[in-house]
Amino acid sequence: MLLIYCPYCEEERSELEFRHGGDAHIARPTNMADITDEEFQEFFFLRDNPKGLIFERWRHIHGCGRFFNAARDTVSDKFVMSYKAGEPKPDLSGNAPATEKTVETYEATEGTAK
Amino acid sequence: MADQALRKAPLAGRHGGSAGARVTPAGPATRLSLRAGTDALGALSAAFGLTLPTRPKTSASANGRHALWLGPDEWLLIDENGADLMAAAASSGVLHSATDVSHRNTAVLVSGPQAAGAIASACPLDLGNAIFPVGAAARTVLGKIEIVLLRTGEDDYRVECWRSFSPYTFGLLAEGAEDVGL
Repeated sequence: MLLIYCPYCEEERSELEFRHGGDAHIARPTNMADITDEEFQEFFFLRDNPKGLIFERWRHIHGCGRFFNAARDTVSDKFVMSYKAGEPKPDLSGNAPATEKTVETYEATEGTAK
Repeated sequence: MADQALRKAPLAGRHGGSAGARVTPAGPATRLSLRAGTDALGALSAAFGLTLPTRPKTSASANGRHALWLGPDEWLLIDENGADLMAAAASSGVLHSATDVSHRNTAVLVSGPQAAGAIASACPLDLGNAIFPVGAAARTVLGKIEIVLLRTGEDDYRVECWRSFSPYTFGLLAEGAEDVGL
């Protein structure tokens, strides 16, 4: 089970209390009526789906109810950090991205457990 | 044909648990779901007669009335004496949102030396003394449902759930209590 740090509850809580809310830092165009269909498509539908670090919205739906943002590595599923909604995107350029080799798999950690 | 309707508590007559953890339905209470900004807290606290907590996972209790922190601007108020909480909120005179949820919720009391174990059988929250002391409260999950958990004493917990989920809550806690009693 994942433990996710909620910046409003100020502690790690079980993933069962959270719900994923899609990509974070998607800026809604202020001139919505003027943009072209392609620009709307880009804003509304298209996401990067990167392998590695991703910034996402999460909601502590069965806890404090608040949306917040979190940086997660999609390879290891590790939460690098989480921060309150509205705060700027943190600089995580120094964070080493996970590779398949660094991911703790069941086989690696429990495979020989008796 | 019955010519008068009788109000029946959702868990009336149920009993369960083990020597380590008793599981009993809580008596009727009035409840309020309260939303308010920080500038209204003083007047609301005065109106309810207890200080609304502002720290995560805390609560305030006085004379059978409890105020539980659920979120940065959200509280659950419970009055076990059936006081009119809506009237108290209205008398505060400040901007807030109050919804009477007295009959939406019901509660199950779990008490005994192994009460924490009975709840932990289906609840992922850390119930250790250091992190969930007496007076701590949190909205969390129990099995497949959402609950609000309040630690009322060293060995006493109050599990608030929606009334239509109460048979599930009671059954799950009774099972958990029997399991930790083994």
